[in-house]
Amino acid sequence: MLLIDCPYCGARPEIEFRCGGEAHITRPAPEAARDDESFAQFLYFRRNTKGMLAENWWHVHGCQRWFHALRDTQTDAFAATYKIGATPPDLPGSAS
Amino acid sequence: MRFSFLALLRQAFHPDVPWTRQWRDPEPKSAYDAVIVGGGGHGLATAFYLASQHGLTNIAVLEKGWIGGGNTGRNTTIIRSNYLFPESAALYDHSLKLFEGLSQALNYNVMFSPRGVLMLAHNHHDIISLKRHVYANRLSGIDNQYISAKAAKAFCPPLNISPRIRYPVLGAALQRRGGVARHDAVAWGFARAADALGVDIIQNCEVTGLMRDAGGAVRGIETTRGAISTPKVGVVAAGHSSVVLERFGLRMPLESFPLQALVSEPVKPIVPCVVMSNTIHAYISQSDKGELVIGAGTDQYVSYSQQGGQHVTAQTLEAICELFPQFGRMRMLRNWGGIVDVTPDRSPIIGKTPIEGLFVNCGWGTGGFKATPGSGHVFAHTMATGAPHPINAPFGLERFASGRLIDEAAAAAVAH
Ligand SMILES: Cc1cc2nc3c(=O)[nH]c(=O)nc-3n(C[C@H](O)[C@H](O)[C@H](O)COP(=O)(O)OP(=O)(O)OC[C@H]3O[C@@H](n4cnc5c(N)ncnc54)[C@H](O)[C@@H]3O)c2cc1C
Ligand SMILES: [Zn+2]
Repeated sequence: MLLIDCPYCGARPEIEFRCGGEAHITRPAPEAARDDESFAQFLYFRRNTKGMLAENWWHVHGCQRWFHALRDTQTDAFAATYKIGATPPDLPGSAS
Repeated sequence: MRFSFLALLRQAFHPDVPWTRQWRDPEPKSAYDAVIVGGGGHGLATAFYLASQHGLTNIAVLEKGWIGGGNTGRNTTIIRSNYLFPESAALYDHSLKLFEGLSQALNYNVMFSPRGVLMLAHNHHDIISLKRHVYANRLSGIDNQYISAKAAKAFCPPLNISPRIRYPVLGAALQRRGGVARHDAVAWGFARAADALGVDIIQNCEVTGLMRDAGGAVRGIETTRGAISTPKVGVVAAGHSSVVLERFGLRMPLESFPLQALVSEPVKPIVPCVVMSNTIHAYISQSDKGELVIGAGTDQYVSYSQQGGQHVTAQTLEAICELFPQFGRMRMLRNWGGIVDVTPDRSPIIGKTPIEGLFVNCGWGTGGFKATPGSGHVFAHTMATGAPHPINAPFGLERFASGRLIDEAAAAAVAH
């Protein structure tokens, strides 16, 4: 089980959290949303990165707040967690 | 050589003469008419049907590790076709029918055992959902019946149907034609039969890039064992499909998660069929070696670590112990994970891509073993003719833009 560092509560076991998938996906602007292709990209297409991935996490059985995390999907190790609205921290030697 | 009773007998009397290699170990050629990326069951089946049905024999299967070492060799081998939507039922039943004659067609014993698949209902919602599946299946001409808890117990005597457990068994759906097969044998049988038709099966060869001509069409691929020219590439790389396609410049509607399974120490025959429960997420059958084969769930996050969280298996074992209290003291021998590629609607993607000459067969997620022969068959048709077979036509990549999803996720929300 992963140990996850909630930016509000500190390190807690994974079963207190829900993973909300890839982070920083922006909804197409209303004009663009009329085109099925860009809406499909927004709804369904994902990076699915093998490596460092920015994610949404929800501390559902804790403070109930959403936050972001950078996690290496090859090792499952968290590199950083950060609050919603913040820009992802720069990590040495990684591109998100 | 052909396998037969006589061949076995002959071999038994000549233990000094070893069995011959079942397929060659060729060096990659510089050019092929088509190349399959990924030597799992689906890739090997595709190659077999390309060679046997479409006469394309100058082709290769490229596998980065060893054949069948991915999800094919890691799955719990449940085979069934009782899916809700007609499109899925047609696809999975096509495969089930091919499984029924596969050992003969390949001259290789894939140990297909249609011992029946029992899916349990634990609450009112389950009963309604299973009945809906049964009625939908009947309309599609697929065997599936709803039976009482008592009848489920008669079909599977070790099952605990006590009303006093946390999630009592209230009834079940039974597909008698469903069952299991030997996973390795499916990969090896297709490999051997494809090789006999001239297909090159190349292991330890990772595909790293795509070469395109001036018009953008596929010209060849780059691999760790050199470049290969070919006009047609089929990507069948399960959990790594999006990784391969990203190298080719395509993003996919896929997410990869670890899915776990485990086996117990071997015991005498006790579980006569496959038992699945979606609600408490457990599934179990017994291998011919006697091990209980138990499937757990996926982790909640994208991962390529090939090992899932321990709490995921623990949860499944709790469910198994409630359904089969007599297994409570059994020891588990091995536990492992496979990386499954999951689509938003939990249906596979089989078809063309925006790149001319590039085809994909992926997104089988937690339940593609049962589809191995059918998937290979329709994908071979798609690659050979450039147009989908009627069975896989609804499963194209276009459905994510058109909105015509085949939402088995909402229908069952379940693995395998
Ligand atoms: C624990 C578990 C239990 C399951 N239980 C069931 C079940 O009961 N019933 C069922 O129907 N399904 C089940 N499944 C799902 C099933 O295993 C898969 O859907 C199916 O086996 C996929 O077959 P495949 O040939 O597409 O993939 P794989 O067998 O994974 O083959 C893909 C191959 O591609 C290779 N590859 C990847 N990248 C590259 C590259 N760059 N170059 C070359 N090769 C590459 C990999 O090494 C791999 O061998 C289960 C899966 C798991 C993990
Ligand atoms: Zn918190």
